[in-house]
Amino acid sequence: MDYRSVLTTCPYCGCGCGLYLEVVDGRIVQTLPSKTSPVNQGKLCIKGWNAHEFVQHPRRLTRPLMRRGGAQEEASWDEALGAVASELKRVKEAHGPDSVAFLTSARCTNEENYLLQKFARAAIGTNNVDHCARL
Amino acid sequence: MTNSIEELADADCIFITGSNTTVAHPLVATRLYKAKAKGAKILVADPRQIQMALFADVYVRQRLGSDVALLNGMMHVIVKNGWHNRQFIEERTEGFEEFLKVIEQFPPERASELSDVAVDDIVRMAEYYAKAKNGSIVYCMGITQHTTGVDNVKTLANLAMLCGHIGRPSTGVNPLRGQNNVQGACDMGGLPNVYPGYQAVTVPEIKEKFEKAWNAKLSPNLGLTIMEMMYGIEEGKVKAMVILGENPLVSDPDVEHVRHALQQLEFLCVIDIFPTPTTELAHVVLPAASYAEKEGTFSNSERRVQRVRKAIDPVGDARPDWQIIQDLSNRVGYPMNYGSPEDIFEEIRQVTPSYAGITYERIEGEGLCWPCPTTDHPGTPYLHKDRFARGKGLFHAIDYRPPAETPDQDYPFWLTTGRSYVHYHTGTMTRVSPHLEREMPEVLLEMHPDDAAAYGVQDGDVVRVTSRRGTVTTKVQVTDRIGKGVLFMPFHFAESAANVLTNTALDPVCKIPEYKVCAVKVEKAA
Repeated sequence: MDYRSVLTTCPYCGCGCGLYLEVVDGRIVQTLPSKTSPVNQGKLCIKGWNAHEFVQHPRRLTRPLMRRGGAQEEASWDEALGAVASELKRVKEAHGPDSVAFLTSARCTNEENYLLQKFARAAIGTNNVDHCARL
Repeated sequence: MTNSIEELADADCIFITGSNTTVAHPLVATRLYKAKAKGAKILVADPRQIQMALFADVYVRQRLGSDVALLNGMMHVIVKNGWHNRQFIEERTEGFEEFLKVIEQFPPERASELSDVAVDDIVRMAEYYAKAKNGSIVYCMGITQHTTGVDNVKTLANLAMLCGHIGRPSTGVNPLRGQNNVQGACDMGGLPNVYPGYQAVTVPEIKEKFEKAWNAKLSPNLGLTIMEMMYGIEEGKVKAMVILGENPLVSDPDVEHVRHALQQLEFLCVIDIFPTPTTELAHVVLPAASYAEKEGTFSNSERRVQRVRKAIDPVGDARPDWQIIQDLSNRVGYPMNYGSPEDIFEEIRQVTPSYAGITYERIEGEGLCWPCPTTDHPGTPYLHKDRFARGKGLFHAIDYRPPAETPDQDYPFWLTTGRSYVHYHTGTMTRVSPHLEREMPEVLLEMHPDDAAAYGVQDGDVVRVTSRRGTVTTKVQVTDRIGKGVLFMPFHFAESAANVLTNTALDPVCKIPEYKVCAVKVEKAA
């Protein structure tokens, strides 16, 4: 049996509680609060205690999807990334960089937010970057 | 937050407004209970009698959108009684005289008329807060999601400065951030007007600095906010969008309008972990790794930068967002070559002065609160210690403005929206979590018993709620938690989305939509 306990930060609200994800044979089986976290000091709320339940849910998106005709169908990463890159280039060239807009995510990491705004500003050339801070 | 979470436990007066703290920020709420147990006065102003109101020394139910009037009334009382902190005002602030002129127009009787809060309660709240040794203000979206959102926040800042309750431990103006990393997304420049570290895109020297760091020509133009993007699509200016981990078709006001806009895009790419109403509209959907499947950092409400660690491999063929963005960038001809999230973080430190002293090694344990300018800096638990970021604290003279939409003959009810204790935002994660969904599997509209009686509605009956934007069907919960003539609905439920009803009217400065106030009518469903 492969068992590990991984200290991380809760994905729900802005409190940022420290919690352990308890992993058995590649499956997250439960959440435990971190006692040393200055934020939650060994406690969690009902969402935090269940923060592992959605991770390996069968509804997760697991393959890239592309719209062909009316419907979305599974595609390879290579094909999907190629389509996104060529469409962004096409729209930028046809209508200018400010015709492209980006929403970054209050759900993603700092590193990912940094990278998406850098991509928008440096690679595409627009400041059309926002996220749901106001929502 | 200007101060850190733990400091709240040592405040001797806490004024909570527009924050349902026990529901939306339970671990902040534990500090409010601790403070109460130590004898702190708890003041709550909220249109709903939330759980914290049951523990409050003073609870008031203000009319929706009347916050400026209520707060100005409190400040009028404070000044008239000489309870303000003259030394703090003299040494650390400016603009007081202009501010006084407006405050003079808000005797408690007028504030009471506008806010529907009793004069006695206004006076008691003013006295408790002003006379406290360390008074803290805690607020959330109930303050910001208004066409007067900026006015509301500035008015709270006025109140804190008036009493000198800022720049010391256990004081301050403390907005609670709703999303796990909304603080970080802002810090990292996920905004149309600033680069990472709130450095303005419109300042030429700053633009040059980033052009050098990123080896690219950057745009001098301000970008569009979310709502402006939606209007931009309809005006034919915005043709393509990339949406990372957001679900505007449930979270944005007037979602039918958002759907109409997104459908007109020539190209839409959505990167997410679950299928959502928004991914359904996309030309390409890319499956992302969840928080448990990647490394990185989140920044919480108190500006504490903490580690996110990988527990399992990404499910299926999902990939971490940073790899997806890097691949896209390489394909459009702007090379990126990061080996890990830590590599990216090292670059963030170079261009973001407030993060410069933070390293993965230093945040192995408890994390660090920014500003943290150097690697020997201990981090900053509370801001504005000896001076404000701009030098002197500026009083803003702010008059009361009513909400954009108020009840009338055709739409006689006020509607306000918010969160429940088990569900999270648009529900994509919590509603597939069995233990959470079991607690609250469907939306409930809160309605006052008198209104329910007048409409012949009982607990559990189904009603149609209609605003000028659209109609939803929902079950009713009859409760006096909400005031007479006011309805409350959580917005987590895509199948009867509260945001079909909400108003897109924006704050003129920060462009936040007025989720917290609109007018609706109710009919009993057949």
